[in-house]
Amino acid sequence: MGESNFIIELSHISKCYGEKCVLDDVSLYVKKGEFVTILGPSGCGKTTLLKILAGFGVATSGEIKIAGADITDVPPHLRPVNTVFQRYALFPHLNVYDNIAFGLKLKKVKQDEIDARVRKALKMVGMTDYEWRDVNSLSGGQQQRVAIARAIINRPQVLLLDEPLAALDLKMRKDMQMELKDMHKTLGITFVYVTHDQEEALTLSDTIVVMSEGRVQQIGTPTDIYNEPVNSFVADFIGESNILNGEMVRDRVVKFMGREFECVDEGFGENTPVDVVIRPEDVYIMARTDSGMLDGVVQSCIFKGVHYEMTVLTPNGYEIMIQDYNAFEVGQEVSMIVKPSDIHVMHKERVCNTFEGKMVDSTHVEMLGTQFLCNEVADVEVGESVLVEVPFNKVELMDNKEDGQQVGDVRFILYKGDHYHLTVRTADGDNIYVDTTDVWDDGDIVGIRIQADDIVIKKQAK
Amino acid sequence: MKRFFAQTYLWLLLAMLYAPIVIIAIFSFTEAKVLGNWTGFSTKLYTSLFSGGVHHSLLNAIENTLIIAIVAAALSTLLGSVAAIGIHNLRGRKKMVMNALNNIPMLNPDIITGISLFLLFVSLGITQGYTTVILAHVAFCTPYVVLCIMPRLQQMNPDIYEAALDLGATPLQAMRKVIIPEIKPGMISGFILAFTLSIDDFAVTIFTIGTGGLETLSTYIYADARKGGLTPELRPLSTIIFVTVLLLLIIINVRSQRAAKKKEALVK
Repeated sequence: MGESNFIIELSHISKCYGEKCVLDDVSLYVKKGEFVTILGPSGCGKTTLLKILAGFGVATSGEIKIAGADITDVPPHLRPVNTVFQRYALFPHLNVYDNIAFGLKLKKVKQDEIDARVRKALKMVGMTDYEWRDVNSLSGGQQQRVAIARAIINRPQVLLLDEPLAALDLKMRKDMQMELKDMHKTLGITFVYVTHDQEEALTLSDTIVVMSEGRVQQIGTPTDIYNEPVNSFVADFIGESNILNGEMVRDRVVKFMGREFECVDEGFGENTPVDVVIRPEDVYIMARTDSGMLDGVVQSCIFKGVHYEMTVLTPNGYEIMIQDYNAFEVGQEVSMIVKPSDIHVMHKERVCNTFEGKMVDSTHVEMLGTQFLCNEVADVEVGESVLVEVPFNKVELMDNKEDGQQVGDVRFILYKGDHYHLTVRTADGDNIYVDTTDVWDDGDIVGIRIQADDIVIKKQAK
Repeated sequence: MKRFFAQTYLWLLLAMLYAPIVIIAIFSFTEAKVLGNWTGFSTKLYTSLFSGGVHHSLLNAIENTLIIAIVAAALSTLLGSVAAIGIHNLRGRKKMVMNALNNIPMLNPDIITGISLFLLFVSLGITQGYTTVILAHVAFCTPYVVLCIMPRLQQMNPDIYEAALDLGATPLQAMRKVIIPEIKPGMISGFILAFTLSIDDFAVTIFTIGTGGLETLSTYIYADARKGGLTPELRPLSTIIFVTVLLLLIIINVRSQRAAKKKEALVK
């Protein structure tokens, strides 16, 4: 391949515990000097990925290169990376000086050089004159500064930061964010930063990697990620958004909320189901006029400091969130306009549930770890593998888990204007996607029921 | 009134517990052959205890006891530390099993431990003497050392080992420079505990000491008592041992109190 200008090359990294994969074929390429943030909800695999990069965890498969050298099997102490840990991980029996000098002393650097570099590192993190303090007597913010100094003093090629600011209070966090950004500029080291805080990611990064369920959802600049999310997960996770079901009628025309809108997207084909994302600040709201695209009635209005956040209900039952500098009273009739360029259209990841199943007999199919009754299927063999399709809105959820044919817990909730789109996971790890108007909470244990009429059996091509 | 009874009860209990020791300590400062006769204050028993002569075998027993205690304590501290770190890094069921295996020898009656070790040494054909006593003492002291070190490991920030590796330490260096300093207080407490356990052990020692004429303090006193009448020099000796153990206990307590205070300060 010759020279590449990537400092980090993660190719097809997977990490599995038996059947369960925490990381599923993750590839990531980072340019030298970049500030990359890996962003995702807890449990999305971002910390696992960082640990694999640092060498504390071993990938089940895949290859890691740093500065062109394959380090997949190199132990952590020989890798040209240093880590800043979430809980600081300072050595409690050493003072500030000895903590920072730890790496240099191991490398047998001369004493006067160590002195000079420790002083420089302390100055860099704004902790001059703290050399002889006991690390246990420092505040959380000061401990984190020492931890950063301890890492950067070794002049690593890559600095890994594992939610370094998560344990600090809001004010401190904001200050440290700015300092980290400055530090990144002065040092010129590549930063790989892990966080679940989307605002932090948008503030700090050159590039954001959005992860969910062990997969990379999108890689891009903060503006790209914010303005052009590739799917509804990213749109929902980054910032506030209205996510709606729509249909691409033809190029540049999309239909949602019962109306056709002009948009700027092309190439989706005709009459294709899509997700439509509109940021709350991109909806223009005004007193009722005839020139608006949509009409509605204000349901709530909350002052948020700079702007007001309002929800507006349209006559056909959609709720839209709007942020505007002007307040409209609750109950007021309003009209709304959305610019074509502010309508973001994205492919749906799926349009209905698809499960792998096995025929038990002509009227029973085994899937999701249990048996379901289905309409009679003509000439099937017992034990034949089939694909089963179930529409999102035909899956019933019930409070009482004993009433269901299978049990799952609600993992992810997406509000789609007039209904919720839930991801429900069964104990076996199968995901079931459900459209419902009922309100469920994240983590609810629910019973799942599917009627025989709603199960569509598709034979697999032999 | 309730308070008065509670106080009386407490003092009575303490008096009962400590009376024998206090009596021995008092009568160690007189010359009478029989315990209970006060023939005036004297430190003669103390000087004769250390002057050798007739009591040469007693001094010898003390020396053996101390050597065995120090060697056994050192070995079990080493073994216990390694075992504790190993158990700490296990997960789930394996950890539970290992913890249980560590606890069983402590609950096992000494006499059983003694007999089984005796049978083991005999069946392996090891000549009984210094080595067997030390091995036996290491066997029953190690679990206590593990118990002293485990809490230190549990309190430790689990990331610091990885942090050391990250900064360029080899696994061995990380162990020496980061983990050992963290568990050192536990190791010292463990050593002291093992030392005192070894000094006062009788049941295991008697079964593993063999017939080669090796005597420790406990076996010497036992033999002496069976010969009829205790040597008066045992009185000053008991007093010295009591004071030593008391001092060690105070050291252990002060240390653990300091550690607790330090932890409290950390939480703040």
